[in-house]
Amino acid sequence: MTPEAVTQSTVTPEAFAPKAFTPDEIAAEGLKPQEYEDIVQRLGRHPNRAELGMFGVMWSEHCCYKNSRPLLKQFPTEGKHVLVGPGENAGVVDLGDGLQLAFKIESHNHPSAIEPFQGAATGVGGILRDIFTMGARPIAILNSLRFGSLDDAKTRRLFNGVVAGISHYGNCVGVPTVGGEVYFDPAYSGNPLVNAMALGLMETKEIVKSGASGLGNPILYVGSTTGRDGMGGASFASAELTDDSEADRPAVQVGDPFLEKSLIEACLEAFKTGAVVAAQDMGAAGLTCSTAEMAAKGGVGIDLDLDLIPVRESGMVPYEYLLSESQERMLFVAQKGREAELIEIFHRWGLQAVVAGSVIAEPIVRIRFGGEIAAEIPALALSDNTPIYEHALLAEPPAYAQEAWAWSSDRLPSCSATGLTRSQGKTSWTQICLELLASPSIASKRWVYRQYDHQVQNNTVLLPGGADAAVVRLRPVDPPVSAQQATRGVAATVDCNARYVYLNPYEGAKATVAEAARNLSCVGADPIAVTDNLNFGSPEKPIGYWQLAEACRGLAEACRALETPVTGGNVSLYNETLDSEGTPQPIYPTPVVGMVGLIQDIVQICGQGFQQEGDRIYLLGTPLDALTPSVTLGGSEYLAFIHHTTAGQPPQVNFDQEKAVQAVCRHSIRQGWVRSAHDCAEGGLAIALAESCITGRKGAQVTVPLPTSGQRWDELLFAEGGARIIVSIRADQQKDFERYLQEELAGFWQFLGVVGPANKGFLISTRDNLTLINARMEEISSAWLNAIEKSLEAD
Amino acid sequence: MNFGIVVFPGSNCDRDMQMVARDLLGQPTRMVWHEETDISDLDTIIIPGGFSYGDYLRCGAIAQFSPVMRATLEHAAAGKRVLGICNGFQVLTEMGLLPGALMRNRDLHFICDRVTVKVERTDLPWTSAYQSQQVITLPIAHGEGCFYADEATIQDLEKNRQVVLRYCDATGNPTLLANPNGSLHNIAGICNRQGNVVGMMPHPERASDPALGCTDGLLLFQSLLSAA
Repeated sequence: MTPEAVTQSTVTPEAFAPKAFTPDEIAAEGLKPQEYEDIVQRLGRHPNRAELGMFGVMWSEHCCYKNSRPLLKQFPTEGKHVLVGPGENAGVVDLGDGLQLAFKIESHNHPSAIEPFQGAATGVGGILRDIFTMGARPIAILNSLRFGSLDDAKTRRLFNGVVAGISHYGNCVGVPTVGGEVYFDPAYSGNPLVNAMALGLMETKEIVKSGASGLGNPILYVGSTTGRDGMGGASFASAELTDDSEADRPAVQVGDPFLEKSLIEACLEAFKTGAVVAAQDMGAAGLTCSTAEMAAKGGVGIDLDLDLIPVRESGMVPYEYLLSESQERMLFVAQKGREAELIEIFHRWGLQAVVAGSVIAEPIVRIRFGGEIAAEIPALALSDNTPIYEHALLAEPPAYAQEAWAWSSDRLPSCSATGLTRSQGKTSWTQICLELLASPSIASKRWVYRQYDHQVQNNTVLLPGGADAAVVRLRPVDPPVSAQQATRGVAATVDCNARYVYLNPYEGAKATVAEAARNLSCVGADPIAVTDNLNFGSPEKPIGYWQLAEACRGLAEACRALETPVTGGNVSLYNETLDSEGTPQPIYPTPVVGMVGLIQDIVQICGQGFQQEGDRIYLLGTPLDALTPSVTLGGSEYLAFIHHTTAGQPPQVNFDQEKAVQAVCRHSIRQGWVRSAHDCAEGGLAIALAESCITGRKGAQVTVPLPTSGQRWDELLFAEGGARIIVSIRADQQKDFERYLQEELAGFWQFLGVVGPANKGFLISTRDNLTLINARMEEISSAWLNAIEKSLEAD
Repeated sequence: MNFGIVVFPGSNCDRDMQMVARDLLGQPTRMVWHEETDISDLDTIIIPGGFSYGDYLRCGAIAQFSPVMRATLEHAAAGKRVLGICNGFQVLTEMGLLPGALMRNRDLHFICDRVTVKVERTDLPWTSAYQSQQVITLPIAHGEGCFYADEATIQDLEKNRQVVLRYCDATGNPTLLANPNGSLHNIAGICNRQGNVVGMMPHPERASDPALGCTDGLLLFQSLLSAA
């Protein structure tokens, strides 16, 4: 079954001679003039063409974090659950009962901007390889997506393509896509964000790591063949997108999920033989990155012969081999003498497997081609001793932020209990609520997740759209644990309110971590650990760096406060588009937080939909009539969507309150008191209540206090923040539940009302019986469920 | 009952089926590699869902030439039971064990959802545990699930009562709205004339485990056991 490798062409040694490169040639590899000087200094000579290319990709932000490394250092990375922290292919946490979970998030933003289908598909493929390289079987995928406005035809094309790409790869490879988030904002028009997170359950006895060891051990190349696709993707990913970026389409890889599925099975089987010493997937910077990192981490060298690499096209030169990002490939260090055993496994799965080199003592990466040495670089110079840039932080917040902070809600048009005064006249709160429900960022993402197989593997306990986080049962397949014995679960979520981060990177980043933890708490899971994907603009610009630095400070503080250490992640900078005039348009700073939580017993969980008529509805968190900077319309979806304004200070997180509310929510779910839990996010109280109604197909009669002095009606209904969770409980447990709330959350809870039959509708009124919102179930359901499909019908 | 679950490169519902047969039903269950030729020890062969051979060329088109499917032809000819789920259904139509073909979904998107289907026959060993005309909920997950056959074949299928499952609304009406993929006559699953070979797009193995909420699919396998 093994495909025939294409035969090699010959080569002349002059091609490998070092030479002084011109500024243009240096810039073409994404390197700065000073970096070239550093290369010459590290080598003690000029590089040759292939070597220059290797430095170009390895010294890109994507591979060496040269701008972000000093900031990432402040993240907490240790905790009682953490087995493997940052630095390996994925983080690993201990979930008890011998269960270990590998998880990681990664971006594929630039490829997806140019070629959305393959860009997104290979993003999924790449993150899955990070997981199974560790010896873990992938069990779930989530993704975090950002697009421009759906009114724009180009955005609709990108949106369609990205969703189809994720669907294609994830469905075929047989890993359920169980959750995620999608936001639409013009800030992402030219530069969509595609972040994919994967979870895997360890299947090998030992966690497989990437440091090479054992002099003379063979280097095994396995998986697919090498071609010219995806040349220099890492450098491409570390530059701004321009009108000419379409010409970089060859830098986008093409994925084959069928090969990846076979590769998963073959790799796990190979690891279980005990004959694999180390493994590294070939993602960004392909052979260059995998050889350099394996050598550097092991403190050894690697001697690799390109003539032995199976190729899919002829006439390739070393530069192309080394920078190819052909998908579905891995590099192993095998135990000497056991190569054949491993090769047989891969051949059985119809995959390539060849010995292509060996581990050597000298800590260099030596590349051979056509009988000559085509490249020879100290491994550390490629992957460890790399440039670091410390940028100066702005002395005070930039003007755009200060201007935004000057906003206050008294600038909004007047409003009363009957509605909001707009240019077209008075609009009722019911109407505003319906409009918000149809805002693409709030509306149901059913159109998206219906295209993802979210049930394969038979472990999806909570389906997408039904809860604040995904819940997947942990059921090892090898050695098998029967369905009846598998009672533990993992909850996972990806979150980021980028508008908050844009307005105040420090507070916004804290709110992102808090929301992720809250979402996990809403399904009953204990938040455990974080993987983060920092999507930012250029760090070389003062504002871009300020956003990055402030957000990292907020993330670090929040992860420390909530005891959710960071086990790894990804940095994607230069997310900017240069318009035709050459003006950079940065995205909103978007530090996506992927968080995993432990569920001791998958019976003790809950979704977001109201369950039973007569159940009592409560608000946990900041009461509705409290005036505090933790609850505000600043940065809210209401302000952005209804008033077309992005301004104000976003909600400020109070960690003590946040932890108390979340602990109460989790405890109440485990006690079986709480039958639904949903956090108040975009759209605030009114939208969270409406979503619980729609998901549960029940109505609700809710009573709210009158606004306190200085508080507006829209602040009462749509303000965001405040560590708020809406829960419903059985009526006969009201007394006990209230006693418990009073003990644990005195002053931070409120009784809201009663779950009703669907035909009674969704009603919010004041305590003196002024009706604020009165909508039929069909109205709110249809607005929320169909908004995205309707926006796409234009095509 | 000895269950055999075929594993092609690219199968991805094989272990889900194994979990149901082995854990939930407690039956001897064997994974059958696509290169195997001797399956004489097995009573029921299940061709699971997934993307056999990457769905290259056409869904199920390559799988039909595998050694195990040659053996499955003989298995079926001997009157033994064969079940094709999702991609397995596509394989069975490609090799002619069942009539018709599965085409791209009406809206051209992959669909993963829970749908209601009506059990049209309960006199088969596959369905005897269901009530006649029972409406059940089963998961679907496919991009090519639109059942198509020429008019004469469709008439034959109806006349010979070979339609086993039909997409319907909650009250059992096979409406256009209840048809997720554009299948002719809302067909979700069929059997051969003899009734020993069944193919269906919905996934009964995903609706068998009480821990996951829905168990409407388990009755299909329990029917088999009581028939044995």
